[in-house]
Amino acid sequence: MRRINNWISGIAMAILTAAVVFAGCAAPSGSPATTQAKSINLNGAGATFPAPLYTKWFDEYNKLTGVKVNYQPIGSGGGISQIIEGTVDFGATDGIMTDAEIAKAESKNGPILHIPTTSGSVAVIYNLSGIGSGQLKLTGDVLANIYLKKINKWNDPAITAINPGLKLPDAAIAAVFRSDGSGTTYIFTNYLCKVSPEFKSGIGNAKSVKWPGDIGGQGNAGVAGQVQQIPNSIGYVELAYAEQNKLAWASLKNAAGNFVEPSLTATTKAAEGITLPDDMKVMLTDSANPEAYPIVGFTWILVYVNQKDKDKGEALAKMLWWAIHDGQKYTEPLTYANLAGSTVTKAENAILSIKYQEQPIITR
Amino acid sequence: MNQCKPDRPAAEVAGDIVSAARARIGDAIFTRLTLFFSILMVTILIALLIVLGIDAWPAIQKFGLSFITSVEWDPVNEVFGALPAIYGTLLSSAIGLIIAVPISLGSAIFLSELAPQWMRRPCSFLIEMLAAIPSVIIGLWGLYVMVPFIRNPIEIWLGSNLGFLPLFSGPPFGVGFLSAGIILAIMVIPIITAVSREAIVAVPLTQREAMLALGATRWEMIARAVLPYCRSGLVGGVVLGLGRALGETMAVTMVIGNAYTLSPSLFSPGATIASKVASEFNEASGDLYIGSLIELALVLFAITLLVNIIARLLVWRTVSVRSTGE
Repeated sequence: MRRINNWISGIAMAILTAAVVFAGCAAPSGSPATTQAKSINLNGAGATFPAPLYTKWFDEYNKLTGVKVNYQPIGSGGGISQIIEGTVDFGATDGIMTDAEIAKAESKNGPILHIPTTSGSVAVIYNLSGIGSGQLKLTGDVLANIYLKKINKWNDPAITAINPGLKLPDAAIAAVFRSDGSGTTYIFTNYLCKVSPEFKSGIGNAKSVKWPGDIGGQGNAGVAGQVQQIPNSIGYVELAYAEQNKLAWASLKNAAGNFVEPSLTATTKAAEGITLPDDMKVMLTDSANPEAYPIVGFTWILVYVNQKDKDKGEALAKMLWWAIHDGQKYTEPLTYANLAGSTVTKAENAILSIKYQEQPIITR
Repeated sequence: MNQCKPDRPAAEVAGDIVSAARARIGDAIFTRLTLFFSILMVTILIALLIVLGIDAWPAIQKFGLSFITSVEWDPVNEVFGALPAIYGTLLSSAIGLIIAVPISLGSAIFLSELAPQWMRRPCSFLIEMLAAIPSVIIGLWGLYVMVPFIRNPIEIWLGSNLGFLPLFSGPPFGVGFLSAGIILAIMVIPIITAVSREAIVAVPLTQREAMLALGATRWEMIARAVLPYCRSGLVGGVVLGLGRALGETMAVTMVIGNAYTLSPSLFSPGATIASKVASEFNEASGDLYIGSLIELALVLFAITLLVNIIARLLVWRTVSVRSTGE
């Protein structure tokens, strides 16, 4: 009993000590912030897909200008809701905001901009013994039917017809999908909706959909892991992930009728030579460019046109300007695609439209 | 605590009297502090329930009871139902317990009754260490090491020999309810083992000696004197393990296959409540979608509560039966 008593009082002492120490610490920690009131911090949150690039950008930008940008990769959905609430200076997303989300944001803080920063593509990966990367050819229609579970065997006439030279097994196709909500699924289903009316009416385009497919993998790693392990399976992952892990991917037939393997060049091509809307709210899937890979999408930074803080607004606009120009040199080493010519011009126009009290913040 | 005082040295008692006034203040502070902490905990629980209820309200209002019975989960058309997730949660936990309970009780009995003295502590320590491995590590190990082994040879063998049973039908993907159950078993074994071992060690030596004196074998002594005596402790251990299994998220998400299906086959990929919420919450948008995920969480809360109540009743019943029996 005596020992227990000592023990309890020991714990009580520890709690009290901790409380005193904590209270003591709290006071001085506030002071450094006041001494460097001049330094500007920008806060952003959102998509995980561009997070490695953004981390690199903000690090380099901090070295150049001293502006500190905190980016939290909490997911596109989180990025959108935080920018709607106005708790961050910018959001980031792989999918276009829905009309309802835009209306909510505009009613609170006025017009909101989608500024593309880079684009990404989705590689269709497979595990077929004896068939190397790029050898399997698929059309959008066949891919949609595989994921609708209407094509169930690898030697289905629809697949063999476009792969005359390949010996495809008489085996069931295990269709692997992303189980977590993700921009990758958003881009992938956006493409399948464009090429298959049945997919559009039955499944639809979203970050999570009701897959009739077989197995859900968690993240790119989960999908790739399943595909690598399960013979005769098919899946989809981000291009960067497929490239870094040397996964076998399919050539896809694009809108112009050419079979194209996923690559950074073919990703950039998707935005080249086609007319883009001025607001940049466009999915690049099924691009008309003959050299384009068909499953491509932008990733955007979301900012309000009307900035409430002059210094912050200026820092934000300058940072975005830097990102779509000088920042682009960091994209390819990190397996992200460059922004193409007309995209940059339209992104520039969007950044120039950012205002503080009805006055443009930066000029060309 | 007062009864202890006569046992203590006189000098110490005298010291206590001198500082009695101070001690009374200390006691008062201590009482208030602990009272505050316990009220805080209860408040947090209630606040949590209220917030979950408010956020889940759009879904509760829209779907009502059909949320529990529907098998749909369609974020595009905003139709949500929880049945496959409830089924997956209960099935994977049941598989986990069926595997874990005999192994845990066996090792607890061995370590407390039969093992040579030198191996008891190290072995118990190592088993408890298993509980300290982060679930994401267990999940990765499961995905890359265990799942391939379960697919080939286990599922392929079961499928070709017992494939006529619905339980072992369907293609052997490796990921699915069976893998999830086995991962859960690995995760709850250390908990059940540790609690059961403590319970068995706490059985008075006199119980064992009395049984042995009657001429019982070691097996009879354990089965008739030791285990009945600590039954409530054993049930408690199993319930703790079940609680962990029901709520386990990361490791299960990685090996269960995350398909939203209602299949009798153990080979079939499925989903649990926790895995569904963890997978989709980050990117969910819209009040109804988020509300449905939160309602899933409430359902899990209700299941856990129900399981705990049943277990309490079980423990209470066994304790009262034993005390009236004696």
